[in-house]
Amino acid sequence: MLDLEFMRLAFAAGAIVGVLAPAVGFFLVQREMSLIGDGIGHVAFAGVAAGYLLGISPVWTALAAALIGAGGIEWLRARRQAAGDQALAIVFYTGIAGGVVLISAAGALNANLFSYLFGSILTVTGSDLVVIAVLGIGALVVLAVLMRALIAVSLDEDGARVAGLPVPVLNGVISMLAALTIGVSMRIVGILLIAALMVLPVIAAQRVAWSLRSTIGLSICFGLLSVLVGLTVSYYANLPPGGTIVLAGTAVFLATSTVEALRR
Amino acid sequence: MPLALELDGVDFAYGQGPAVLTDVDLRVAEGEFVAIAGPNGGGKTTLLRLALGLERPTRGAVLLFGEAARTFGARTKIGYLAQRTKIGVHAPATVREVVEAGRAALRPVGRLRRDDHAAVEEALERVGMHELAGRRLSTLSGGQQQRAFIAKALAAHPSLLVLDEPTTGVDVAAQDALGALLHRLHEELGVTILYVSHEFGAVERFVQRLVLVRERIVFDGPPSQLPGLWHDPSHTHA
Repeated sequence: MLDLEFMRLAFAAGAIVGVLAPAVGFFLVQREMSLIGDGIGHVAFAGVAAGYLLGISPVWTALAAALIGAGGIEWLRARRQAAGDQALAIVFYTGIAGGVVLISAAGALNANLFSYLFGSILTVTGSDLVVIAVLGIGALVVLAVLMRALIAVSLDEDGARVAGLPVPVLNGVISMLAALTIGVSMRIVGILLIAALMVLPVIAAQRVAWSLRSTIGLSICFGLLSVLVGLTVSYYANLPPGGTIVLAGTAVFLATSTVEALRR
Repeated sequence: MPLALELDGVDFAYGQGPAVLTDVDLRVAEGEFVAIAGPNGGGKTTLLRLALGLERPTRGAVLLFGEAARTFGARTKIGYLAQRTKIGVHAPATVREVVEAGRAALRPVGRLRRDDHAAVEEALERVGMHELAGRRLSTLSGGQQQRAFIAKALAAHPSLLVLDEPTTGVDVAAQDALGALLHRLHEELGVTILYVSHEFGAVERFVQRLVLVRERIVFDGPPSQLPGLWHDPSHTHA
C-alpha cells in the first residue's frame, strides 16, 4: 500500500489532519460548540460550489467561505443577536442552500464533487501536502502559544473576561482555526464529515482521561489512529476515506466508553 | 479608607426595556465584606455586572478603585467566581489545572514560572484543596468544586473578590463551610469581598454590611439591623 505515491501523500496529509482536527475540536467541545464544525463545513460546501462556478480551485474558495462562515457565527454569538445554536442553524442552512443553488448553476453535480464532500485518497497532490503542512503546523503553533488563555476561556468565559483576557479575540481564533481545519482536511475526510473528526476523538478521550492535558493528548492519539485505520480500510475496501475515518473514530469512542463502564 | 467600588446615581435598563436599577448609590471601601442580596429579578446580578464593567449604566457612574469600571485597566485585581451554571464544572480538568487557569491573564503565553506555581499552591492551601489538587473536578462535590474555583480566583492575588450566587447547587453544610472560608480569607488577606446571592444565610454572621436590592437599594447596613421579616428564611445552619 505504501509503495504507491498517492497513499504516501494521503497518509502524510492524514497524519497532519488527524493531529490538528481533535486539537482544535477539544476547545469546541469544551465550549459546547461541538456542531460548529458542521455549520462551517456546510458553508465550505457553498465555497466549493462557488469555485466550480467561478472556475477557480474549490479548495481555496471553500477555505475562504469557511473563514467567512466562522466569522459570521462568532459575530452573531458575540453580539448576542442569536444564541449559539441559532447562530449555527442560520449559517448551516444558508451554507447548504447556497451550495445547492451554486452547484446546480455550475452544472457540477458529479463524482468530483463527491470527493470534496466525503474525501478521496486519490486527490492529495504534493503541492496539496505542502499547503496542508504549512497551514496545519501554523495552526498547531497558534494553539500551543494560546493554550492557557484558551483553556481559561473554556473553563469560565465570564471569569476570563473579568480578568481582562481578550475573550472575543480568543473565541474568534478558535472559530478561525476550526474553519482552517475544515479547509485543510477536505481532501482527506471531506467537508461533510470533518466535523466528526474534530469531535469524536475528544468525546472518546474524555471517557478515559484524567486531566485536561491528558484529554488533549489522548484526543490527538485517537484522531491520528482514526485517520490511519480509516485510510487503510478505505484503500483495501475501495470506500470514501471520510466515512471509514469517522467510523474508526466511532469505534474508538465505543472502546473508551466500554473501558469507562468497566471501571465503574 | 479608599473605595474599591463606587456606584453613583446609577440607572440601568436592557435596551428599551423596563428599568432594572434606579438611582443606585453604593460605596464599598477596600477591605469590606459585603453581601448583596435580593429576590431573583431584583437587579443584583445586573448591579454586579455593572460593578465589573461588563455593562454600561444608562445614567450615573461606576468606579472600580477610582477608575471608570468599563475601562478599568488592572483587571487582575479582580477575582471573580461566576455562577455555577456558567463555569466548566464538568470539564475534564484537575483542580490544579483549574487554579492554574487563574494565572492566565497574568501569564497568557509561555510556560508558568516559579512564582506562578507558588501562587497556585498557595491558593490551593488557602481553600483547603491541596490534597485534592490532582483529582478531576467532575469527581468532586459541589462545595469542593466551588472551592476550586475560589482558589482559581485567588491565584492572581486579587484585591477584590466577587462571588455570584456561590451557594447555588451546594448543600447547606457546604454553604456554611463556604461562609466560614470567605470569613477566614477576609481576615487573613484583607481582601474586599462582594458576595452576591439571593440567599445570604451562609454569610450573615460574617459580613459587615448587607445590601438588599429590589430595583433600588432598599436596605444597606449591618445584618443585625435588618428587620426580622427580611432575614433569609431559606437557610438553616447545619
